[in-house]
Amino acid sequence: MTSLLIAALVLALMAVAYQQGVSRSKALAGAGRLHSRPQYHGALLALWATLPLLSILFLWLVTSGTLQDWYIAGQIPAEIAPGSSDYAGAAARLRNIASGFGVAGEAQAWETTAGANLARFNTTLLMAAVGLGAILGVAGLVLMRGRLSPRMRARNHVEAAIKALLIFCSVVAILTTLGIVVSLVTETIRFFTFVSPVDFFFGTVWNPGYSTTSNEASGSYGMLPLLLGTVMISVIAMAVALPVGLMSAIWLTQYANPRLRNVIKPVIEVLAGIPTIVYGFFALVTVGPALSGLGDLVGLRVNATSALTAGIVMGIMIIPFISSLSDDIIRQVPRAMRDGSLGLGATKSETIRNVIVPAALPGIVGAILLAVSRAIGETMIVVLAAGNAPILRFNPAEPTSTFTVTIVTALTGDADFASPQSLVAFALGLTLFVITLMLNIGALAIVRKYREQYE
Amino acid sequence: MTEILETEAAANDRRRAQVRKSLARRNGAETRFKLLGLASVLAAMAFVAVLFGNILMKGVPAFWQYNLDAEVYFDPAVINLPERPVQQAGQSEADFRVEMLGWQRRLALVNWNRLIVAAVDNAGSGVEVDDRAAVSIIDSGARFVLRDMVAADPALIGQTVPVRLLLSADGDNWAKGKLSRDLPDNRQQLTRPARDAIDALIETGAVHPAFAWHIFTNVDSRASPASAGLAGAFMGSFYMMLVVILLAVPIGVASALYLEEFAPKNRVTDLIEVNINNLAAVPSIVFGLLGAAVFINIFHLPLSAPLVGGLVLTLMTLPTIIIATRSALRAVPPSLRQAALGIGASKMQMVFHHVLPVTFPGILTASIIGVAQALGETAPLLLIGMNAFVANIPATPLDQSAALPVQVYLWQGNENRNFFEERTFAAIIVLLGLMILLNALAIWLRTRLERKA
Repeated sequence: MTSLLIAALVLALMAVAYQQGVSRSKALAGAGRLHSRPQYHGALLALWATLPLLSILFLWLVTSGTLQDWYIAGQIPAEIAPGSSDYAGAAARLRNIASGFGVAGEAQAWETTAGANLARFNTTLLMAAVGLGAILGVAGLVLMRGRLSPRMRARNHVEAAIKALLIFCSVVAILTTLGIVVSLVTETIRFFTFVSPVDFFFGTVWNPGYSTTSNEASGSYGMLPLLLGTVMISVIAMAVALPVGLMSAIWLTQYANPRLRNVIKPVIEVLAGIPTIVYGFFALVTVGPALSGLGDLVGLRVNATSALTAGIVMGIMIIPFISSLSDDIIRQVPRAMRDGSLGLGATKSETIRNVIVPAALPGIVGAILLAVSRAIGETMIVVLAAGNAPILRFNPAEPTSTFTVTIVTALTGDADFASPQSLVAFALGLTLFVITLMLNIGALAIVRKYREQYE
Repeated sequence: MTEILETEAAANDRRRAQVRKSLARRNGAETRFKLLGLASVLAAMAFVAVLFGNILMKGVPAFWQYNLDAEVYFDPAVINLPERPVQQAGQSEADFRVEMLGWQRRLALVNWNRLIVAAVDNAGSGVEVDDRAAVSIIDSGARFVLRDMVAADPALIGQTVPVRLLLSADGDNWAKGKLSRDLPDNRQQLTRPARDAIDALIETGAVHPAFAWHIFTNVDSRASPASAGLAGAFMGSFYMMLVVILLAVPIGVASALYLEEFAPKNRVTDLIEVNINNLAAVPSIVFGLLGAAVFINIFHLPLSAPLVGGLVLTLMTLPTIIIATRSALRAVPPSLRQAALGIGASKMQMVFHHVLPVTFPGILTASIIGVAQALGETAPLLLIGMNAFVANIPATPLDQSAALPVQVYLWQGNENRNFFEERTFAAIIVLLGLMILLNALAIWLRTRLERKA
C-alpha cells in the first residue's frame, strides 16, 4: 500500500514536472526561437524532479534496516544481552507489534510501548525520506524551471542522460565477467588454503572426505580423473557430431535442392533448441539401456550410465551446432575456386574434398573448437547419464565423471559453503572457465582470420 | 607405317579404356560421397524423430490417470469439529491466527482415511479388502481433497456425495498394466486383494482413466505422487521469465544500441565487444557459480527464489540478446540513417525515431529466442538451491519455488521409477510445448511485422 503510494507520488511529480516544462517552454517560444522542442524541456524538468527523490528513496531502502536495528537496540532493556537468542526473539516481537501484526498472548507493558515507539520511528523515517526527497525534487523542479530559456540546450542534456543510461547498460556485461572472475578466483584461493594446488591439478585420486567435526580437508582432491572423464566424453561427442554435422552441411550446401534444404535445415536445428535436461533424461532412460542391450548382444559389458551414453547423446546435441557453423563457412568459400575445379574436370565430390574443404579448413577447425568448448561445459546430460564415478580409467563403457558433474554434486550437497567440499566447485569452475575461454578465443581468432582471407 | 598406326590406335584404346575405368571409379566415389552426405542428413533427422517419438510415446499416457468414482459419506461420527472460528472485534491478528490454527489442526486430525476406506468398500468390487489395502489403492492426496471440501462447506457433514478419487501411483501402475502380473506377491507393491479389487472395479467401470488436469493445477508432492503437478514449477518459471524479460531485454537492447550506434571505436569498446562474445560461450554452470557466490553468499538473497534464478538467467541471456540485436541493427540500410541525419535529426533522434522501429521485429525475435533458451536452462538453477523440494505455488518472486526444467530433474530422481518415468516425460512435454509456443510466436510476429514494415 505504502509502496504504491510512493510510486504514485514519484509518477505524479514526474508528470507535473513534465507538464510544467512543456507549458513553460511554450510560453518562452513567444520570446524567441527555441533551441529544443518543448518535450525536451519537459523531460529535463522531469529528470531534475524525480532523480533526487529516487536517490533519497534508494538511500532509505539501503539504510533503513540498519537504522531500525540501531533503534531497537535502544528500546530493549539492558538485562537481555545483545547477541543472545532472547534478544533476537524480543527484536522479532517488537517488529511484529510495530507492523500491527501483534503477538500471540499478552504483550508485556514495555513491549507495547517499545513497539509503538518503533512504529513511530519507522513512520518518521519513511516520512522524512519521502519528505526530503519530495522537497529536493520540487527544489530541482523550481530551480530548473527558472533557468529554462529559449536558447537552453535542453535536448543535449536529455540526450546526455539517455546516453549515460546506455553506457551503464553496456557495462553490465563487463561487470558480469568481472564478477565471474573475481568470485571464482577468491573462492579458489580459499580452497587452496585447504588443499595444495599441486595435489589438486596433478592428483590422480578424487575422493573428498566428508569430515563432520571440522572444516579441514580430508581425503584427496585430484582433478585428473575428472579431466579424463571430461575429455573422453568430449571426444566421443565429437566423434558422433563431426562426421554427421559436417557431411550434413556439405550435402545441404552442395547437393540438396533449395526447397528441400529449407525444410531439412530447420528440422535439424530443432536439436539445438531442446533443453539439455531433456537430452539427459533421454540418455538415461532410452539410449543407456539400448546401448547396454546392444553390448550384451555382441558380448561386451556396457554400463547403462557411462561415458559412451553421455558422449553419444551430447554428440547428437552438438550436430546442429557443427552443421550450421560449417554451412556458413562453406558458403564463404569463393565461387571461383569451386568453378575452377569443376572446369578442370573434377567431379563434385573431388571438388569438395580437394578444394572446398581444404579452403574452409581453418573455419571448420574454429567451429570444432567452439563445439568442444560447448561439450566440455555441458552439464545436465553428464549429470544424468555419465554415472558420476570419478575414477581414473580409460574404458568408455564404464561410468565416469566430469568437472560439471562434480561442481553440481559439490554445491547441491549438505556441506557448509566454507568447507573444502563446497569450495572445490569454484576451483573446478575456474579451471573450466579458463579452458573454455582459451578454446573460444582461439576459435574466434581462427574464424576471424579466415573471414578476412576471403573478404 | 601401318605398324606405327596400329600401335598408336592400340595406345589410344588403352588410354580410353583407362579413362573409362577411372571415370567409373570416380563416378562411383562421387555416388558414395553423395550417399554418405544423404545418410548423415537422414541420421540427423532420425535423431530428431526418435527423440520426439520417444518423448511423446512415453509422456502422453501420463496425462490420463485412473480414478475411482466413489460415493463418499461424510460420516459425522468420524468428522467431529467445532464451529469454524471468526475474527472477533478487537481480537489481534496474531490471536486470531492462533485460534484458526487450532481449528485447522482439529480439521487435519480427522481420520479422513476412514471415509476413503468406507468409500472403497462400498464401491462394489465384490472383493474383501482390509483397511490398509483400501487406503493403498487411493492416492493419499484424496484425504486433503475431502478435507478441503469440508473446510469450504461444513454443511457436507452427514451427506453422501459422489467424489472422483484419484488412484495411487501403485494402483495406477497396476491398472495401466505397467507391472508384470506374473511377479510373486512379495515383489508387488499392492497386496493381492487390492490388485483384485482394482481389476474388478475396472470391470464394473467404477475405476476408469480420465484426463489428469491436476498435472497443471497441483503442486509437487512427495507424499501423494499420483496427484503431484507442475503448477508451482510453472509459476516459478513464469516469475523467472518475467525477471529475464524486464531486465535482460531492456539492458541487452540498450547496450547493443550503445555499442553499435554510439560507441567510439577504441580499446575500451573493443574490450567490451570481445568480452560479450566470450561471455556468450561461457558454460551456463559458471553463471550458476557466480549466482551462488555473489547473489547468495554476498548479497544474502533467499535460496531457491525465482528472483535469484531470474537474475542468473538474465546475465546468461544478456550476451545472446546483445549479439542478435546488434546484427539486426547492422542490417538497417545506411541510407535510412543518412536521411534522418541529413534533415537535421540528432543522433539520438535518428536511433530512437528511425532505426529502432525498423529493427523492432528483429529485436523481438531475438528476445523471445533468448527467453526460450533461458526457460530450458537447468544447471545454474541447481547451484542456487532451486533443486529444493517446494510444495507451494510461489506468491512472489522472493518465495521459494521450483522451475519446470528443475522439476524434470527432481522427478527423474524419484524412487518410484515405474510411475515417475512417465510423469517426467509428461513434464518434458509441457516444457517443450512452452518452448515451441514461444518460438512459434517469434516466427509469427516476425513474419507479421516484417510484412507491415
